[in-house]
Amino acid sequence: MAENTGIRITDLRKQYGSGESVVEALKGVDLQVVPGEVVGLIGPSGSGKSTLLKCLGAVIEPTSGQMALRSELIYDGSWLVSDLRALRRDKIGFVFQAPYLIPFLDVIDNIALVPMLAGVSNTESRNRAMELLEALDVGHRAKAFPSQLSGGEQQRVSIARALVNRPPVVLADEPTAPLDSERALSVIRMLNQMAVQYQAAVIVVTHDEKIIPTFKRIYRIRDGRTVEEAGEGRLC
Amino acid sequence: MINLAWRDIRHAWSKFLFTGAGLGLLIGATMTMAGVYRGMVDDAKVLLDNSGSDLWVVQQGTLGPYAEPSSLYDDTWRSIRTVPGVERAANATYLTMQVRKGNADVRAMVVGTSTVSYGDPGQPGYLVAGRQITRGHYEAVADMATRFSLGDSIQIRRKQYTVVGLTRRMVSSSGDPMVFIPLKDAQEAQFLKDNDAILQQRRRTALNPAFNPPGQPKLLDAVISSQSTNPYVNAVLVQLKPGQNHGKVADEIKRWKHLQVYTRAEMEQILIGKLIATSARQIGMFMVILMVVSAAIVAFIIYTLTMGKIREIAVLKLIGTRNKTIVAMILQQALGLGLIGFIAGKLVATLWAPIFPKYVLLEPGDALRGLLAVIVICSLSSVIAIRAALKVDPAEAIGG
Ligand SMILES: Nc1ncnc2c1ncn2[C@@H]1O[C@H](COP(=O)(O)OP(=O)(O)OP(=O)(O)O)[C@@H](O)[C@H]1O
Ligand SMILES: [Mg+2]
Repeated sequence: MAENTGIRITDLRKQYGSGESVVEALKGVDLQVVPGEVVGLIGPSGSGKSTLLKCLGAVIEPTSGQMALRSELIYDGSWLVSDLRALRRDKIGFVFQAPYLIPFLDVIDNIALVPMLAGVSNTESRNRAMELLEALDVGHRAKAFPSQLSGGEQQRVSIARALVNRPPVVLADEPTAPLDSERALSVIRMLNQMAVQYQAAVIVVTHDEKIIPTFKRIYRIRDGRTVEEAGEGRLC
Repeated sequence: MINLAWRDIRHAWSKFLFTGAGLGLLIGATMTMAGVYRGMVDDAKVLLDNSGSDLWVVQQGTLGPYAEPSSLYDDTWRSIRTVPGVERAANATYLTMQVRKGNADVRAMVVGTSTVSYGDPGQPGYLVAGRQITRGHYEAVADMATRFSLGDSIQIRRKQYTVVGLTRRMVSSSGDPMVFIPLKDAQEAQFLKDNDAILQQRRRTALNPAFNPPGQPKLLDAVISSQSTNPYVNAVLVQLKPGQNHGKVADEIKRWKHLQVYTRAEMEQILIGKLIATSARQIGMFMVILMVVSAAIVAFIIYTLTMGKIREIAVLKLIGTRNKTIVAMILQQALGLGLIGFIAGKLVATLWAPIFPKYVLLEPGDALRGLLAVIVICSLSSVIAIRAALKVDPAEAIGG
């Protein structure tokens, strides 16, 4: 396998609609995240953060530009990957604002489901899930249902779900929004720890003032373009 | 791989169980409807079997004796008995009416049966208790469904009868139990007027100069006596000698006597094709309505359950779940609901069939067809929910 270079996005553009009503959501985004790194993506409402995440998450198609994951070019004016569903399943982990766990599966199976979808055996899937749950300090809740967990515990389970297939890329959309500042910081700490451990490139979209100082590097997006900034990198 | 449908059902088992039980009541009602129809067909066949006859001779141009009124002279049977191939022939009358016992009354089909010789067609065949009618008057054999018992004194019109024997499953085609009485009594019961009416009629007859001409006093007596007897029966039941061609003998009687003759197969056709046809159509319509209601309920429940999981479905799609897996989840839930409903329905139908006021015949074949219908209905009903789930965009999981 080629050298893992994490995420590399070059001159990515995305237009919604056409003709009169065209919206240029992304107007040439350049962005790079190396494995093991967590970067913040911040910007005012309507600046294109979710659009960027959706393009990178292979759920909407960009208009032009290039995207590479782990030095494999996946988009270059058009998709270079035929099975986007498998791409999402194997290469990308998602963490959402709300945990969106499957309510009728217990915690361990919420996570184990993901490798199972990729054809991994039930036992192996549950072993991997348990390993992650313990690393994220929720191993003792493995047999509970999501509704029986606290908000912070649920979010940790959803991080475990994002990481269980060892994806080279993790995309997090406002993952700390519903959490208080201590829990928010602990979630970010865990994302950092996991990024290092699994050599994942992590992008965290956030408005959250509490966690902005934790990033070493920040991409500020304004008007569809990204500007790279140095962050404070204070992860206490 | 985890079975998502099963895990969802297990997690929300009470919701599925209650919905399934509700659906089960509908399915049970549908099964009972089918059972009522089967029971009616069976009643009709039992009615024909129990009469012990091969041919039914009735008034020309009628579908008698069960489907239409028919009347024949009560001496017709003598000449029919002489037709080649005929073993026995006997009169029969049928009259559905209220039979009283004390202050209560029971709707029953009163059958006037020959007491000429034992084994004549139309007599109650097998008795579960007591004995056959041996006297020419005032004895009755009743079906157990009348809830009469041996020795009971019952009233038909103005006459009292003693129950001397009991039968089982001797019913009319509408399910009324039979009460057998001697033919002569039955003829009287069909015809009998009350005392006032008899007096009235006598007075009117006497006032009519045609019936009471001066100087001929015997004519009035003759007219009055002919008015107060009933020389008619509803049918002559014919038993053939073994090895006879039923159709041929029937044609023989038809040609010779200008009467209508039906074979067993034709009689069955009349009972099932005509007599219970309207009821069958009503039952069929009810079944269609119940099935449509069941389908609507399944569709509504599955749609609601699916719409409640739209977010989760978007997440499942985003993390790489195949559409096939999501379709299977919804379909399996619909089928699971149908299965719970089917089991509950079979259970309640079996439980309430014996206390149903009509004979309900639950045939295993109908249960199987019911199961197939449930599977088809549930699959079709989940289509709306499946379409909604397939339309969910995985991008929705990421949000705005
Ligand atoms: N499906 C769509 N069709 C048309 N325009 C869209 C669509 N989705 C987003 N847009 C537009 O694209 C621009 C960027 O939207 P996007 O959702 O990426 O913003 P955002 O940075 O995530 O904002 P917020 O912080 O409010 O979530 C906005 O002007 C928005 O109106
Ligand atoms: Mg957004």
